[in-house]
Amino acid sequence: MNRFAELLDRLAYEPGRNNKLRLITGYFREVGDPDRGYALAALTGALSFKHAKPALIRDLIASRTDEVLFGLSYDYVGDLSETVALMWPRRSANNVESFPGHPSPPPSPARGEGARRNAALSASTTANSESQSDGGTSLSVPSPLAGEGQGGGYRGRDASDALHPSNHNNPPPPTLTEVVTTLRTLGKTELPKQLERWLDELDETGRWALLKLVTGALRIGISARLAKTAAAALGDKDPHEVELIWPGPAPPYLDLFAWLEGRSDKPVNRDPAPFRPVMLAHAIEDSDFAALDPADYVAEWKWDGIRVQAVAGRDDRGHITARLYSRTGEDITGSFPDLVPSLRLPGAIDGELLILREGRVQSFNVLQQRLNRKVVSPKLIKEFPIHLRAYDLLGDDANDLRELPFAERRERLETFIGRLGDPRIDLSPTVPFASWEALTAARADPASAGAGEDADAVEGVMLKRRDAPYLPGRPKGQWWKWKRDPHIIDAVLMYAQRGHGKRSSYYSDYTFGVWTEGETGDELVPVGKAYFGFTDEELLQIDRFVRRNTTEKFGPVRHVVHEADKGLVLEVAFEGLQRSPRHKSGVAMRFPRISRLRWDKPPREADRLETLEKMLKAEAVEVEA
Amino acid sequence: MVHMRPQDILLPAAAGLCCKPGGFHIDPVRPVERAVITHGHSDHARAGHGAVLATQETLDMMRLRYGENFAGSTQAIRYGEEIRLGDVSVKFHPAGHVLGSAQIAVTCKDTCIVASGDYKDARDPTCTPFELVPCDVFITEATFGLPVFRHGDAADEVKKLLASVALFPERAHLVGAYSLGKAQRVIALLRQAGYDAPIYLHGAMEKITEYYQSRGIALGELRPVLGVKKAALAGTITLAPPSATSDLWTRRFPDPVTAFASGWMRVRARARQRGVELPLVISDHADWDGLTTTIAATGAGEIWVTHGQEDALVHWCKSLGLRAQPLDLVGYGDEEESETPLQDEAEA
Repeated sequence: MNRFAELLDRLAYEPGRNNKLRLITGYFREVGDPDRGYALAALTGALSFKHAKPALIRDLIASRTDEVLFGLSYDYVGDLSETVALMWPRRSANNVESFPGHPSPPPSPARGEGARRNAALSASTTANSESQSDGGTSLSVPSPLAGEGQGGGYRGRDASDALHPSNHNNPPPPTLTEVVTTLRTLGKTELPKQLERWLDELDETGRWALLKLVTGALRIGISARLAKTAAAALGDKDPHEVELIWPGPAPPYLDLFAWLEGRSDKPVNRDPAPFRPVMLAHAIEDSDFAALDPADYVAEWKWDGIRVQAVAGRDDRGHITARLYSRTGEDITGSFPDLVPSLRLPGAIDGELLILREGRVQSFNVLQQRLNRKVVSPKLIKEFPIHLRAYDLLGDDANDLRELPFAERRERLETFIGRLGDPRIDLSPTVPFASWEALTAARADPASAGAGEDADAVEGVMLKRRDAPYLPGRPKGQWWKWKRDPHIIDAVLMYAQRGHGKRSSYYSDYTFGVWTEGETGDELVPVGKAYFGFTDEELLQIDRFVRRNTTEKFGPVRHVVHEADKGLVLEVAFEGLQRSPRHKSGVAMRFPRISRLRWDKPPREADRLETLEKMLKAEAVEVEA
Repeated sequence: MVHMRPQDILLPAAAGLCCKPGGFHIDPVRPVERAVITHGHSDHARAGHGAVLATQETLDMMRLRYGENFAGSTQAIRYGEEIRLGDVSVKFHPAGHVLGSAQIAVTCKDTCIVASGDYKDARDPTCTPFELVPCDVFITEATFGLPVFRHGDAADEVKKLLASVALFPERAHLVGAYSLGKAQRVIALLRQAGYDAPIYLHGAMEKITEYYQSRGIALGELRPVLGVKKAALAGTITLAPPSATSDLWTRRFPDPVTAFASGWMRVRARARQRGVELPLVISDHADWDGLTTTIAATGAGEIWVTHGQEDALVHWCKSLGLRAQPLDLVGYGDEEESETPLQDEAEA
């Protein structure tokens, strides 16, 4: 558990993806079965047990520490698990407890013999205080907290003492396997005692990770995909291969690791409805068209919903299992139970999740009401009816179609959807075109090019090579996305924050605002944050500007001058807007990025909040309905 | 014999802790006639006093920082040496904080007060270990005066650093450390852990580190980082003042891993707020266990708590039946926050 905790701790600080991978792969290499398997399960969200409530953790710490000291500490640290992990006082070997607020007898009143004697002892001994208090001498000083503190007060401690704190008689710390397997079976009433034992046995980082794990708050910025990629790297395998057999294996994944280390064959995915790694498109640039022949491509609308994979398959007994996956392979079936009955034909559809009302595609903002819901109420299902619009067919019954050219898969898809005949699943239409000019016109006006009343939900067009097989990842030259021009506003840079990793010496995260009527005239109100879109050269320019025009610093954040005549105007592009009570401005942008630096424009000429509100009205009428 | 009340001997004043019967201030924050100084950090050792009494090392450090004329006159005192000043006697004892750091025992008649300045009871190869001084009143710092601050063995933190260097050989490791004391301790710990490659230094810490070496503290081969090619810094360790590790200066390093050696790194939010990727919990101040154990072991019946988390420590003392009060002294703090970056010097 301590080693796993160390990994989590390090991951929590590491901003770089590749470095995260290195850390995780290093852990898999170093730690044996079955611990590493449970670690992989923890990182991919595959562990399940009943979580402990924060109140239970509070009770535990209250039984061991002084209330005032806990209160002051919690105030300072701000995180319950971490506070408890840091201040948890261990029971020492002979069970003499000493911790804040439950002190041992008070020290001798003045410079007593005891203290002097102690001082004399300090030079030669490295033992703990218990062993010093021999012979009934009134060494009535409180024993130190038995723990991993750096100092030993007056005791001259050395390294070996600190490495092995005074708990020689204590059991060894639990392994991750012990923790996970115990939690699975433990009754609710036994949990507090068990947690207490583990907290006594683990080091600080171990306690922190344990508490995060049992309270279900293990958020460390690692996706399941990243953890699987790290596992694949252990055996120099393509991450897609691991994805393909997922979620066939079950924790602790002994067969998976055996295969990765070359000790056995690849495990077979027995899942009747497995995820298939998704194929992605490159953004097309104007200069790309010259080299492309329109005849080689099929065009279709790019719908502004959520890319999903809907898979159905038969298990050993012939029953249909249906699952819905996000494009990263997360199982999101639970959020869309209303779509499951429609997935009754074995096969794998690549498509877009949308909300349809009376046959009309609703905006992304409407769809958003259905995302990340823990409870999906009948009311929600009724008001936000889910729909799948199909782009591609990856499997038809037991046949893997991914090697076939796109044009052929498209034919099979049309047949498949026809056979299914379900109102919740339809075909995404293709967009006929003979020349790039014709397609440009269609993209500019989807309504007259076949999208009709759904034109507002069209994000752009997709170009797919007729002969392209379905390849995982983002292969060159196969699929292109050609988005409609994004929304653009001119905003003023207000605050800048340092980036992470390679960008840690640059101010690369920008908060920008637009003008609005304030109590004392016009003022800027923040409307969003962006940290990409600019070139390296532009980053240097903005960084220089930020450093020279900082008016105040708050920790890593700099307040950058933003007045009517002084400041930097940023042209910000974004995909959509929605109302947000969490933002002071009341609006939130989707996918904002810096598209240009407007050195030429004085801040006073930047856009106003009213402009955004107008866009919002046009966009979000549906949400209120 | 008339019993002296402790506050007749030492009393907080605007300039710092004032000893009227002895006619001096301890670590004054404003210029005074006679100053007795615990250690060389800039918030404790300031320039412009009439006469200064301190250890030789502290005086040397003040000279390095402020130049020859930092005080009207100076007097060096050794650990264990006792000097009569006015109606009191003053004795210096090692504080284990940094090289030359001292606790100052002030005795008047039969009352002894120990002003411990900053101290730590943990092992430090670069300075004389902390010595427990029995006393009636113990004045303690409270920088890490909360039970969440329990600093592990610094040697383990250095192992963490070395493990990271081994894992990322193509990246530079940049360790933020306070220039006086922490930097040299980290270097010494690295040497003890068997790391014998050259260690690189930010320009701002060269002088003080050379001083440590001149006092016989073995730090191995050290090189200025200035002028070294970027690629050559892959797989190396560089020490720099904390402020420099998040600045333009870091661009000379290949994909640097930013580490920070400080007791504050115990709290994750603090490390994250600073953008630290590799927090190293290495402190030159006593942690909670160190503070409480030391307080109890002095046998003092009265505790005065200065700079830091006074509330918690005062509460702890009182729950033990000790008289305790916060001492409102201003001008002391966490040295890393008061350290002025010297990056211009390094950029030059």
